[in-house]
Amino acid sequence: MKLLGRSAALATAGALLAGCGAGGPGGGGGKISDDKIVLAVLTDQSGVYADLSGENAVRAVEMAVADFKKKYGDKAVAKEIEVVSADHQNKPEIANTKARELYDRQQADMIVDVPTSSAALAVANVAKGKKRVFISVGAATTALTGEQCNKYTFHYGYNSYMLAHGTGTALTKSGSENWYLVYPDYAFGQDMEKTFSESIKAAGGTVVKSDPTPFPNDNFSTFLLKAPNLDPKPDVIGAMQAGGDLVNLVKQYNEYKLRDKGVGLAVGLMFITDIHSLGSKALEGTRFTDFWYWNQDDDNRAWADRFNKETGARPTAVHAGDYSAALQYLEAVQRAGTDASDPVVKELEGHKVNDMFTSTGTIRAEDHLLVHDSYLAEVKPESEVAEPWDYEKIVDTIPAAEAFQPADPACKL
Amino acid sequence: MLQQAFNGLVGGAFYALLALGLAVIFGMLGVVNFAHGAFYMLGAFGSYVLLDSFGVNFWIALPLVPLVLGVTGVAVERLFIRRLAPLDPLYNFLFTFGLALILQDLVKRQYGVQSQPYPRPSALNGSIDLGLFTYPAYQVFVLAVSLVVCGAVWFVLARTRVGMIVRASTERPELTRALGIDVARWVTPVFGFGIALAGFAGVLAAPMRAVNPLMGADLIVTVFAVVVIGGLGSVFGSVAAGFAVGLVSALGNYYVPSLSQTLVFILMAAVLLWRPAGLFGREEATL
Repeated sequence: MKLLGRSAALATAGALLAGCGAGGPGGGGGKISDDKIVLAVLTDQSGVYADLSGENAVRAVEMAVADFKKKYGDKAVAKEIEVVSADHQNKPEIANTKARELYDRQQADMIVDVPTSSAALAVANVAKGKKRVFISVGAATTALTGEQCNKYTFHYGYNSYMLAHGTGTALTKSGSENWYLVYPDYAFGQDMEKTFSESIKAAGGTVVKSDPTPFPNDNFSTFLLKAPNLDPKPDVIGAMQAGGDLVNLVKQYNEYKLRDKGVGLAVGLMFITDIHSLGSKALEGTRFTDFWYWNQDDDNRAWADRFNKETGARPTAVHAGDYSAALQYLEAVQRAGTDASDPVVKELEGHKVNDMFTSTGTIRAEDHLLVHDSYLAEVKPESEVAEPWDYEKIVDTIPAAEAFQPADPACKL
Repeated sequence: MLQQAFNGLVGGAFYALLALGLAVIFGMLGVVNFAHGAFYMLGAFGSYVLLDSFGVNFWIALPLVPLVLGVTGVAVERLFIRRLAPLDPLYNFLFTFGLALILQDLVKRQYGVQSQPYPRPSALNGSIDLGLFTYPAYQVFVLAVSLVVCGAVWFVLARTRVGMIVRASTERPELTRALGIDVARWVTPVFGFGIALAGFAGVLAAPMRAVNPLMGADLIVTVFAVVVIGGLGSVFGSVAAGFAVGLVSALGNYYVPSLSQTLVFILMAAVLLWRPAGLFGREEATL
């Protein structure tokens, strides 16, 4: 009660200070609340996802703000656009508290990024209660646009269906019919195992065996050595591990020379930062689904060069998604002429996205999922790596309509 | 099957080296060193930094990194552990736990959370034909080296004068002191040695495991279980239990993957029910 009282007082104070009486978040207005737009990046600043999103996600959003200001100059709907950030440490309860603080105390109009599914679901819940916009980029769970969807939450970039469907279907159809799945024994891994199995079976393949592995785990040798002796022998090991566990698994996969024994490797989720830490040699030939790659075309590369100048690193697909999400949000505010949530949400629904991140995107009105082309990528052999971070080869494009699942009837906005 | 057992032994080699250090430190100082995993991590990071920033290879890192960490251990013992020793054991527990968190975060600050690449030494890049199956040469090397080190430690403790003093001062500090031996003098080097062993395991791990700030924290829980199974303070017990736990988890992964995480702790519970002081432990710490 106390908290509610304080936040209501703050909101009122904010509205009075602005002197425009926008009527608080969600009200129609036609103006900008407290004379500025506040974008909040809620991210992991010190944990396992700090490299793939983290501090650099804040830089990406700042780049979007700079581009927006450059494009509209004096015609921009708000004079001041502020970027704030907070660390959720991948914990849902902290994400919940931080999201409330950002919306209430820092007057954030929207929250973006939020890796870790459980944390993103917590923020979605806050966004629903506060009636303010939340665009998830870093989280994988399909629940954000499924049974737990809401009017103010958008899912931008990728999800576990896209990963499983892309890699599982494409590899099965290209001849890797027998799979051995190893997945970390917690929510993310179990979810991935389920979607991968479904995709493989739907494409006519077989899951020979699927084993849960401890999480975290530094020794995968038992599972790897088991692979060539399974009957029938699997064509490919589907590894659902992430971060340090994935690195352990790949190192050991190479030590036991499984590729020479005719067992390939496919990974469920991998970012360019993972390849960087393993070296492309260790992962040579590994296939996975990606949704943006910095060196794919000139546009991407130009943006990645700017990003590199600011941060000293190449952007992950999540960074690019953060940039696009922030930019599209600002564009929606520009079109609506206000930062009040309801008109902005209306502008985003059904909007076609065409920017550096994707030229094929549509924000689906039924469930707020951004559907766009995704890609089957392969890690280049070391001999083809022309410069640092140049690790990926795009083998195939999976059209938007196939890449993502149809809208879940369980989602009622 | 045999190959799986061999696998378990290689995994067990790391448990054994870490448990050995923990056991020696506990036996001599009565300190449960929660920072042990962090020193293992520093060992791996030390070899990464040497290679990445100075071009120093694995073979030089293997003795150098443990040496540096051993000296660091000596400093830690002198500056902190010694002062906390007369107080409630809880203080040392909290200190080592805090130290582990600080070390982890410092590394995280500097190098981030992504794993760092560390190549296998080129001399050990191939596979060795062990008769029944071929096995990566590096893994064979790890197993051999850790057996030699564990054997050497056992030999020193069981057969030499230094070992006798260390054993005597662990078991009967008062009596040993009465015989004119300066027990306190041996405490510091033993602590440093235990830390050096952890660093050594870390260097060995760098080419085959993910080098990241959390690698020690992930491992240390299992190592504590190993020490408890072996019997607190028992050197031989720690080594035997290290290899045994490696075997059990490898076979567990093979037959019942979903249980493999809990298997070690089921084993620990079973051992404690049967022998409350652990397999080789007695009421007082012994060899």
